[in-house]
Amino acid sequence: MSKTIQEIEQEIIDEFSMFDDWMDKYEYIIELGKDMESFPPEMRTDENLIKGCQSQVWFIAEQRDNKLYFKADGDAIITKGLAALLIKVFNGQSATDIATADLTFIDEIGLSQHLSPTRSNGLLSMVKQIKMYALAYSAK
Amino acid sequence: MFDINEIREQFPILGEKVYGKPLIYFDNGATTHRPRRVIEKMDEYYYKYNSNVHRGVHYLSNKCTDANEEAREVVRGFINAASTKEIIFTRGTTESINLVAYTFSEAFLHPGDEVLVTEMEHHANIVPWQMACERKGATLKVIPFNEQGELDLSNLDSLITAKTKILGIAYVSNVLGTVNPVAELIKKAHAVGAKVLVDAAQAIPHIPVDVQALDCDFLAFSGHKIYGPTGVGILYGKESLLEQLPPWHGGGEMIKTVTFAKTTYNELPFKFEAGTPDFIGIIGLGEALKFVSEIGMSDIRAHELALLNYAHSELAKIDGMRFYGTATEKSGAISFLVGDIHPFDLGTLLDHMGVAVRTGQLCAEPVMQHYGINGLVRASLGVYNTEQEVDVLVKSIKRAAAMF
Repeated sequence: MSKTIQEIEQEIIDEFSMFDDWMDKYEYIIELGKDMESFPPEMRTDENLIKGCQSQVWFIAEQRDNKLYFKADGDAIITKGLAALLIKVFNGQSATDIATADLTFIDEIGLSQHLSPTRSNGLLSMVKQIKMYALAYSAK
Repeated sequence: MFDINEIREQFPILGEKVYGKPLIYFDNGATTHRPRRVIEKMDEYYYKYNSNVHRGVHYLSNKCTDANEEAREVVRGFINAASTKEIIFTRGTTESINLVAYTFSEAFLHPGDEVLVTEMEHHANIVPWQMACERKGATLKVIPFNEQGELDLSNLDSLITAKTKILGIAYVSNVLGTVNPVAELIKKAHAVGAKVLVDAAQAIPHIPVDVQALDCDFLAFSGHKIYGPTGVGILYGKESLLEQLPPWHGGGEMIKTVTFAKTTYNELPFKFEAGTPDFIGIIGLGEALKFVSEIGMSDIRAHELALLNYAHSELAKIDGMRFYGTATEKSGAISFLVGDIHPFDLGTLLDHMGVAVRTGQLCAEPVMQHYGINGLVRASLGVYNTEQEVDVLVKSIKRAAAMF
């Protein structure tokens, strides 16, 4: 039985609660960014690009066996690391579960500033696109 | 006598902490802080005198009108304009440039004419001209810059021609910090009958500006970049030229008489000031200009130049440091990248160390395209910055770089 979105979120929250200060936290996010599954270079197209003034994100989604899978890439490592966290939560979940998910972990681990509309780093748009993608699939 | 401690004491915000660390503010190119006397002046007018200007016969309205017009005189003196008729209050540099781009093009720009800008302009001194050229069938031409971030004037004679109607140029580049040879370019432009608008947004807090010595036709700047409030800016224009321009926004204050058959317009500078102005902001700007004048612009220039040189030499010691903008004449901004660290990553980590810098494309995408980069980190100086703060900046960058 695979883990639910909520269970994965809780795992991330537990993981982050072990960090003493912000530097440890960001070092971990930087590691996640560096270790992220490689993104097919041919998919780094304008069509898959979410352009922000500060940094940009490339993002693709696909469906296999009624589950959704996502891949992302970014030019900034911190952005990429945060994208990796989002993918960790959503990958392999059903469209309905993703569409109805109430994402709380970003707030809980103290990184909500990165999802604010004013950050212009492409992450908020990525969450919106994941949700829209899931909504489109769950309606099918 | 330039006393940095005394200056710093006048800025309450400099005592604030971010993430529990003392604030180190190097984002002055985006906006500066306001000294206590500016905040108190504005408070005083909100508490005691608030009333619409140029309209009432009553005591409060007169009080605000007087202060509004006194501020205009302060601005006039600060940039040495010939008359207060040449000082128009706007919302900021962007609005000032838009005002000129629209009204000047209405009066003087025709199909086949050319507008000239430089490759290092802020978007605010590019887009309004593009819009004007599009409306009028004119062409936008660009003076390029070289690798040091200095204007390349080698082909100037082919760029400034009889077709050129106006040159829009930054006095100081917001990205590269280059102080452009505006006086020389104004002479060149005038020789072919072209007018010149100087975007002084990044010059006004750093170097003494004299519009009559420059002989510029228009000059624009913002209050919030020179220790004044946001939402108020200045357009200077030569009186004879402003007289030839049509009004821009219509409404109250800018009219002489209104009938449904015909409206006649008010005299300068009111012709260009439709609607209720941000008079409390204007009063605050006047106070800010008094503040810098009392310190003395040449003392400010000397302090900041010494600090700029110190910052360049200290930052240069960081492994992988690359500067963008190494002109001989610089002011205000130091833009850079470190190794292959993305500016967003570096800015985010510096922020957590209490250091505020600007990151991204800095509203100057053509400059990014010139260097083939997606963004920069910019540290920009103000009158209150110190060598100790530069040391913290350098230490913080090293600490952040070690995390990658």
